[in-house]
Amino acid sequence: MRRWLADRWVMGVALLVLGYLTLPIMVVAGLSLNRPSSRLSYDFNEFTLDNWKQPCATADMCDAVVRSMQIGLIATAASTVLGTLMAFALVRHSFRGRSGLNGLIFLPMATPELVMGTSLLALFVAAGVPQGFWTIVIAHVMFCVSFVVVTVKARLAGMDRRLEEAAMDLYASEWQTFRRITLPLVLPGIVAAALLAFSLSFDDFIITNFNAGTTVTFPMYVWGASQRGIPPQVNVIGTAMFVIALLLVGASSLRGRRARRAALAMIATPAGKP
Amino acid sequence: MSALAHVPASAGKPAPPPVRRGRSRLLPYLLLLPGAAWLLVFFALPLVQLASASLYDPSGSLTTGYAMTWAFGNYPDALQAYWPQFSRSFLYSAIALVLALLMGYPLAYAIAQKAGRWKNLLLVAVVAPMFTSFLVRTLAWKTILSDNGALVGLLRDVHLLGPDGRLLATPIAVVLGLTYNFLPFLVLPLYASLERLDPRLLEAASDLYASPLRAFAKVTLPLSMPGLIAGTLLFFIPATGDYINAELLGTPNEYMIGNVIDSAFLVRLDYPQGAALSFLLMAAILAIVFVYLRKAGTEEVL
Amino acid sequence: MKGQQPPAGDLRLVDLTKRFGVFTAVDDLTLAVPQGSFFALLGASGCGKTTTLRMIAGLEQPTSGKVLLGEQDIAGLRPYRRPVNTVFQSYALFPHLDIHENVAFGLRRRGIRKVGDQVERMLALVQLEGYGRRRPAQLSGGQQQRVALARALINHPQVLLLDEPLGALDLKLRRQMQIELKRIQTEVGITFVHVTHDQEEAMTMADTVAVMNAGRIEQLGAPADIYEYPATAFVANFLGQSNLLAADAGGRAADDVLVTAHGARYSVPAGRARLTDGPAFLGVRPEKLHLADGPDRVPAGHQHVGGVVTDTSYVGVSTQYLVRTAWGSELSAFAANSGLGGRLAVGTAVTAHWDPRHAFLLPRAAGADDQTAPLLDGPPVGALP
Repeated sequence: MRRWLADRWVMGVALLVLGYLTLPIMVVAGLSLNRPSSRLSYDFNEFTLDNWKQPCATADMCDAVVRSMQIGLIATAASTVLGTLMAFALVRHSFRGRSGLNGLIFLPMATPELVMGTSLLALFVAAGVPQGFWTIVIAHVMFCVSFVVVTVKARLAGMDRRLEEAAMDLYASEWQTFRRITLPLVLPGIVAAALLAFSLSFDDFIITNFNAGTTVTFPMYVWGASQRGIPPQVNVIGTAMFVIALLLVGASSLRGRRARRAALAMIATPAGKP
Repeated sequence: MSALAHVPASAGKPAPPPVRRGRSRLLPYLLLLPGAAWLLVFFALPLVQLASASLYDPSGSLTTGYAMTWAFGNYPDALQAYWPQFSRSFLYSAIALVLALLMGYPLAYAIAQKAGRWKNLLLVAVVAPMFTSFLVRTLAWKTILSDNGALVGLLRDVHLLGPDGRLLATPIAVVLGLTYNFLPFLVLPLYASLERLDPRLLEAASDLYASPLRAFAKVTLPLSMPGLIAGTLLFFIPATGDYINAELLGTPNEYMIGNVIDSAFLVRLDYPQGAALSFLLMAAILAIVFVYLRKAGTEEVL
Repeated sequence: MKGQQPPAGDLRLVDLTKRFGVFTAVDDLTLAVPQGSFFALLGASGCGKTTTLRMIAGLEQPTSGKVLLGEQDIAGLRPYRRPVNTVFQSYALFPHLDIHENVAFGLRRRGIRKVGDQVERMLALVQLEGYGRRRPAQLSGGQQQRVALARALINHPQVLLLDEPLGALDLKLRRQMQIELKRIQTEVGITFVHVTHDQEEAMTMADTVAVMNAGRIEQLGAPADIYEYPATAFVANFLGQSNLLAADAGGRAADDVLVTAHGARYSVPAGRARLTDGPAFLGVRPEKLHLADGPDRVPAGHQHVGGVVTDTSYVGVSTQYLVRTAWGSELSAFAANSGLGGRLAVGTAVTAHWDPRHAFLLPRAAGADDQTAPLLDGPPVGALP
């Protein structure tokens, strides 16, 4: 009995902690099906599907969601390109000032968002730049780039250089080697980096808050609404985001599993001499 | 053997001139230029701007303009005025960190070493909270900790809370929110470290007369140190600068330094003070990080 | 293959040097590999053999020197402009392409559209018919190795470079692939340059072996010639084992070189002596060192030294003895388990003797002592009589 406990208490604690981590999401999903008793109430009251039927009942909120998506897409595209280029330079080339550059890439990840947000605000104000959609995009690209660099760099560093040498040995020019070997092999890293950048951008509040001017993104809408009363549709958006992300993860792992099963089947059937 | 009877196209042709390497020497700088310039202009330069804003004449305003008077007095003034919020930030995030370590280490260990084929599913469960909006999740804690909620009811019934006791709008709620929001940042690097831990090392330790506790202290813990350090920093830095939890789950009595800076910049429009507080926050965090890394004896953790 | 042979092209390296900073990886190397031969570069890791190979492939730029293929200097050409292909260490198969596309890669890069038949024939040559649609990760190590070979051979290079191609395989498979590779080389008639640290692999496969050490070639020749008559102490110990006694050569007498070692006088035929005067190593291979009960049992014409058996290891085909001499060195001697004669126990006083026609004389750095410690790694070459 003691042994049984000794082997399993860690797993027990882990499951409790996982419960703590997932509880709020379940509450969000539940609240998306709730008709609150008043605008400022956060308690469960009455089951309804209305919030899902009319997610845009509060037009401001849907505008904010669309704006967040636009910002997210632009910031993702820009930061993915900039970050990927930097990752290639860092892994594949030698140049002067490497340690300084590493610092420049590392620091944004170690600096509190508050400091980055306020300092950008100070810059924009001093330079007389009006704040709005594009200042948000600038800010988002800035804090996403480092994460892209780190993600792509990891993939690139894990790639066997000999594959490229083998391609060159097999008559592929530099460009063909990049196009046929390097890019396909690094692509999963770039996609992962882009997804990360989009989720960081879409969800950012603190930096955006200091640089938005009067532009309202989804997190800023939620922030403002939390003082005036939250429309239950916010929880619909929250649940939908969660479900979409979960489906994406599920789809990618399912694809992986199917490929693995196919591989096993192929190995099992002898299709020629060993 | 006709498969092999192909003579390579280049055989026998005169050699083209050897490659020139000049272009490739320039290439890394071209690759780095856009990204590095972006970071310099929109990350490094703003910090300089923030530093100078923190030394502006505090009697200026956004409408009348600020004069650069090297007003170093802004720093002691700001610190004096907001010392409670400042120290509260570090106190709350330190308590949250301890809680997060108590919860996160077993979780990371279980996923890395005990989960078997459930490993990926459990990992997704850790990351899943981050799939949905930070603010929406934090607001969900308002429902969970609500005075009319099941949790408070239960705690009142078992007399852990008085009949009028509450959780929402207390320091407990803020610390719980901080712990919850940044726990995945602690768990993921820790998991990555623990996943590389060879279970045979623990078998070797127990073979060499180490009790489970000693094996943990002498083998598991030291080997998970890089992940532990990275995770602690990834938790502590954003938690200290956070003001969303204090705003949504607390009251002005629980306000952290972030709330003050937010209002200095966006409500009171007192830029010199806000900038000075921002800088103080960054300096304090950098100092802590530096001392911590020195103590931990490694700098290659992130 | 008739009528389609590429133009005569021996591979020649001339004064080839490669420095990495202050480290000289390849030091003024000059050698010629005749067309169609199987050439092995043998050496310990870090001796410069892989760097040499990479310079031939174009993956490394020489600091100075030439790489001649026929009359053409290819040292300045990019790798994809050289009629040279490589089988990489641990294969470097493209993980995202299937076997068919891996093998077809070189043909496609040269703009050849219809590759199906060639790829099929190539897969047949390496006995992997029907594997075209699999991914590299789904093949075993030996199969991957053959794909790597097919992927290089399909381009019909003038020179095929093999960088430790069998290093990742287990012993049995390695033996099998050695024979296979040799068969394919004979079949296609392409020049093979094979880099390995495995002396046995080099000896069984190559027509010519070059033993490399510290960026230079210590000795080059047919495997049997190198083994029977090594040029340096390094070769004598890298290729198999040797008992090297610190000696001094004292000039010639008729067809022999006279030698003094540890107070005794010996002789070596002049044809097996690398020097006639000065500090020398008197070398005898362990399998050519025989043990007798006493000096009176030594066959006529043999030379001998007395000692005591300090260790015996029974390894099946032979028994390996260590014999401590009066001055403290331990000689090793391998006796075939032929059923003749009994085994000697530890502590037995014996006389170790050899036919001087099997001994050899090598230069020795002044002050260097006996080199007789048996190499502990790997089964000794020539242990099987």
